[in-house]
Amino acid sequence: MKHRSPSDQHHGKRPRVPIPTAAASFSPQDGMEDKPPTNPRELTQNPLKKIWMPCKNGLPEKHISQRKVCMTNCPTLIVTVGLPARGKTYISKKLTRYLNWIGVPTREFNVGQYRREFVKIYKSFEFFRPDNEEGLKIRRQCASAALNDVRQYLTEDGGQVAVFDATNTTRERRHTIIQFAEQNGFKVFFVESVCEDPDVIQENIVQVKLGSPDYTNCNTEEAVEDFMKRIKCYENSYETLDEVLDRDLSYIKIMDVGQRYLVNRVLDHIQSRIVYYLMNIHITPRSIYLCRHGESELNVKGRIGGDSGLTARGKEFAKKLNQFIQAQNISDLKVWTSQMKRTIQTAEALNVPYEQWKVLNEIDAGVCEEMMYEEIQDHYPLEFALRDQDKYRYRYPKGESYEDLVQRLEPVIMELERQENVLVICHQAVMRCLLAYFLDKTAEELPYLKCPLHTVLKLTPVAYGCKVESICLNVDAVNTHREKPENVEVSRMSEEALLTVPAHQ
Amino acid sequence: MSETQRTLTQNPLEKTWVPWMKSRLSQRRGSSVPQFTNSPTMIVMVGLPARGKTYISKKLTRYLNWIGVTTKVFNVGQYRRDATRSYNSFEFFRPDNAEAMKIRKACALTALKDVWDYFTREEGQVVVFDATNTTAERREVILNFAKENGYKVFFVESICDDPEIIAENIKQVKLSSPDYMNCDKEEAVADFLKRIDCYKLTYVPLDDNKDRRVPLNLSYIKIFNVGSRYLVNRVQDHIQSRIVYYLMNIHVTPRSIYLCRHGESELNLLGRIGGDSGLSARGAQFASALGAYMREQSIRDLKVWTSHMKRTIQTAEALGVQYEQWKALNEIDAGVCEEMTYEEIQKSHPEEFALRDQNKYRYRYPKGESYEDLVQRLEPVIMELERQENVLVICHQAVMRCLLAYFLDKSADELPYLKCPLHTVLKLTPVAYGCKVESVFLNIEAVNTHRERPENVDVDRDPAEALETVPDHI
Repeated sequence: MKHRSPSDQHHGKRPRVPIPTAAASFSPQDGMEDKPPTNPRELTQNPLKKIWMPCKNGLPEKHISQRKVCMTNCPTLIVTVGLPARGKTYISKKLTRYLNWIGVPTREFNVGQYRREFVKIYKSFEFFRPDNEEGLKIRRQCASAALNDVRQYLTEDGGQVAVFDATNTTRERRHTIIQFAEQNGFKVFFVESVCEDPDVIQENIVQVKLGSPDYTNCNTEEAVEDFMKRIKCYENSYETLDEVLDRDLSYIKIMDVGQRYLVNRVLDHIQSRIVYYLMNIHITPRSIYLCRHGESELNVKGRIGGDSGLTARGKEFAKKLNQFIQAQNISDLKVWTSQMKRTIQTAEALNVPYEQWKVLNEIDAGVCEEMMYEEIQDHYPLEFALRDQDKYRYRYPKGESYEDLVQRLEPVIMELERQENVLVICHQAVMRCLLAYFLDKTAEELPYLKCPLHTVLKLTPVAYGCKVESICLNVDAVNTHREKPENVEVSRMSEEALLTVPAHQ
Repeated sequence: MSETQRTLTQNPLEKTWVPWMKSRLSQRRGSSVPQFTNSPTMIVMVGLPARGKTYISKKLTRYLNWIGVTTKVFNVGQYRRDATRSYNSFEFFRPDNAEAMKIRKACALTALKDVWDYFTREEGQVVVFDATNTTAERREVILNFAKENGYKVFFVESICDDPEIIAENIKQVKLSSPDYMNCDKEEAVADFLKRIDCYKLTYVPLDDNKDRRVPLNLSYIKIFNVGSRYLVNRVQDHIQSRIVYYLMNIHVTPRSIYLCRHGESELNLLGRIGGDSGLSARGAQFASALGAYMREQSIRDLKVWTSHMKRTIQTAEALGVQYEQWKALNEIDAGVCEEMTYEEIQKSHPEEFALRDQNKYRYRYPKGESYEDLVQRLEPVIMELERQENVLVICHQAVMRCLLAYFLDKSADELPYLKCPLHTVLKLTPVAYGCKVESVFLNIEAVNTHRERPENVDVDRDPAEALETVPDHI
C-alpha cells in the first residue's frame, strides 16, 4: 500500500484540519468480542498537531484522536449546595477556570445572576423569606431558565461540564435537578460547602457580598445586617447531604473550608480530578510571583530554546530580583525553577534553597531548537505559517505545542494551589500558560500574553479572581515577544512572515 | 548578600545543573520532581482483620516507591509470627489473654524501633505501619512515638461491614497464611471469624464522637466499603494529598491489563533507537495477530491506549476498535542520540554511552530524558490504569519497562533491564497481594532490541567491550 508522506498533502489551499468532535462518523465498537478483522487504515500526520490519524484517499477521517484520555462521555452537571456565604460561587468560578484550562469546556450558571436580571432591583432580604410566594415563584423560574441554558450548553454548544451555582439547600430542589439530568443523560456531582465558623462567613460577606450589585446603595452595616437575615431565611429549610438518605448520590461535602471532606461514589475520571482539585485549594492569603529567567545569551541573538547562560544584563536582573524579593519581606517563600541553566542561575542569586522542576522547562521547539525566526522561515516556511494560524495547538516537529505544555504543567498548578507564597522562575511560553490559568485566559489569548524579560508579575487572589501587579525591575533586556502577523497564509512572502519578529543581534 | 555567584556545572549523568561547591556535586539537588517530603511520614493503618489493610499497605508502598518516595511496610502480624513460632488458635487474640497481650505489645514496640531505624539509618521517607491499631490507647502510643521523633502521622482506616467482601478477603489471603498452614478450609474460616470477633470487642474507630474529650486533630482518611465513601480529615502536606488521591482511585474489581509494544518497526530492524518510523512487514503481521489474540480473549469493554507515535497507532489500527492516544506513552526521548545505532552512539558519544551503563535509571540523554523522567511522565497513566478495568496498552520498550516495574514492584536498578521483547503480550491480573503475569508470544519473529548491561562500564573501556551486548541488526 502506498504510504503518503506528510509533505504530499500541502499543495495549494488545503482546509485546516477540523477539530474532531464527540459525534464522529466513526462508530464505536463495544469490545473485542468476535469482530471480523478489517484492513488497517492508512495513517496521515495532521500537519498542525503532528498527530497520526487514519485517512482515506489522503484526507483524514473524522476520528477521535485525543491527546489524552477522554474524560467524559456523557456531560457532567456539577451542582453546588450550601447556605449563602459558604464559598459556592468562589468554588464554582475556580473550578470552572481550572477545568477550562486543562481543556474541558466548562461554564458556570449562577442562579443569583438570573434573579438579578429578572428582578432588576433588589430591595431587601424579604425577597428570600420562605413565605414569600411571589419571591419563590420568581426564584423557581430563574432556576428553570438556568437549567435550560445548561441543557443548551451541554447538548448543543459543545460544553462538557456545567456548574450549577445556587444554594440548592432542599432535597426537593436537588431532586428536580437530578430528574432534569436523568432526562438529558447528564451525570450529576454535588459539591456541598458546610461552614459554621462566623469569622469565615464574615470575611466572605466583606470580600464578595458588599460589592454585589444587590448592595450598591447600602452602607456596610446595612448590607451586612440584611445579608445575615437573608442567610437566616435559608437555614430552617436547609437539608444537608445525608450519609444515609443521599447514599446513592455522587458528591463531595467540604467542611470548614477544607479541613474535612466527605466523598461519596465518585463515578469517573473527571469527578476524581474535580475531587482532587477541590481538596488541594485553600483560601489562606498569599502571593504568587511569576517571572522569567534573566536575559540569556540566546535571547540576545534572537534564538529560541536551547540551554544557554545569562548575559551580563541577565545577571544584573538576578541581583535586582534578589533585592526585590528581600524588600517584599515574604514569610516562608518557596522558590521554583526549571532544570535549564538560565532559570537556575537566576535563582542562585537569591541565596535561598530552590526546587528544580523539569516540567517547568521551556516549550520544546523540536527541530527548530536554537534557531532564529528568520531561519525557521527559511527552512520551514510551512511550519512557521501553521504556527501563526493556531499557535495554541501547533506542535513543533519533534517538539511540543502550548496544548502539550498545559498538560505538562498541571502538576505545577496543583502544587501552586497547595502552597502559599511561591516565586516561580520560568520561561516565556511556560509563564504564559501559568498566567492564563490564574487570569482565566482562553486558548486563543494564551500564546500571545505579554511576559517580557526582567518583569515580575505578583498575583494575589482577591474576591473571585486575581489581582496582578506588574513590576519591571529596570534592567534593560531584548524583547522576545512576537505578535501574530497579519498574513498567516502558507503562501505569504517571507517579509510578511517576519514582519513582527522583534529586533536582535 | 554574597556577590559571588556560584558557578553552575552540569551533572554528567542526570544533566542537572548544580552549583559547584567542592564535594557538593554529588548532592542530588535536582531531580525530575521536587522532593516534597521534609519530615518522615508514618502512615498508620487502622481496622479490623480482613479489611484490606495489608492489601492497601503493600499497594501504597509499591506506588510510593515507584514514584521515587522511599517507603517500607512494617507488618506487625509478621513480627508476631516471628515471636511466637506457631499459631494455635484465635484464643491468642482474646482481649483477656494477658500473656498474649504482652507479646503483642512487645511486637508493636519492636516494629516501632525498626521504623526508627529505617528513618534514621536508611533515610527512608515514608513508613506504612500495618496493624489493626483498633484501640485509642495503641494509637496514642504511636502518636507519642511519632511526636518524640518529629514524624508526621497519617491514619488510613478501612471500615467494611459487607460480609461478602470479608469472606472473599479471607479466601484470597487468609487461608494461605502461615497461620493456617495445617488447617482445612472450614476450620480456618471459623477460627478467623472468631479472631475478628476478639478485636470487635475493643474496636474504637478513629475520631469517634462518643469519646471526644479533647479534639485530637488527627490527619486521616477513612475508607468505607472498599471505596464507595471516604472521609478525609486535615491533610497536612503534598505527600498526604497524593496518598489520598491514590487511595481514592484504586479498586478491587477483577480485571486484566495487557501490555505490549508496537509491532516491529523499520528502525528496529536497522538497530536504530527512537524516531517515529512505521511498522515493518512482520510488525504489521504482529498487529493482525494481536487483533486475533485480543478477540480470543473476549473482553467486555476493553480500552485500548497507544502513544502518539506512528508505530503504536498502526498497531492499534489493526484491531479495528477505538483507541486513545496518550502523548505521555511516547518512547523515551534519546535527545541527540535519536535514530542512532548503539555503534554510532559509541563512536560519537563514548562517555555518554558509558555513563548510561553505569546508571541506566538516572542517566539522561543530552537534550533527552532518563528512565526517572519517564516514570514521572507516566504517573498519570498509572493513575488512570488504576481507575480503569480492562485495558490494552500498546507502547514502547522503555515505557513498558516502567509500567511493568510498577505492577511487579521492581526496583530502579532492575527496571531498565526488564525484558520486554517485541511481539509478546504481557497479561497482568491482580491476585491476592500482587500480580499474576502471563507472557504470550504471538509467534511472529522479530528482531531483539534488548541490550544487557556489559561487564565493563568504565569510561575508558574499549569500543568492543562497550558493544559486546548490542543485539544483532541489519
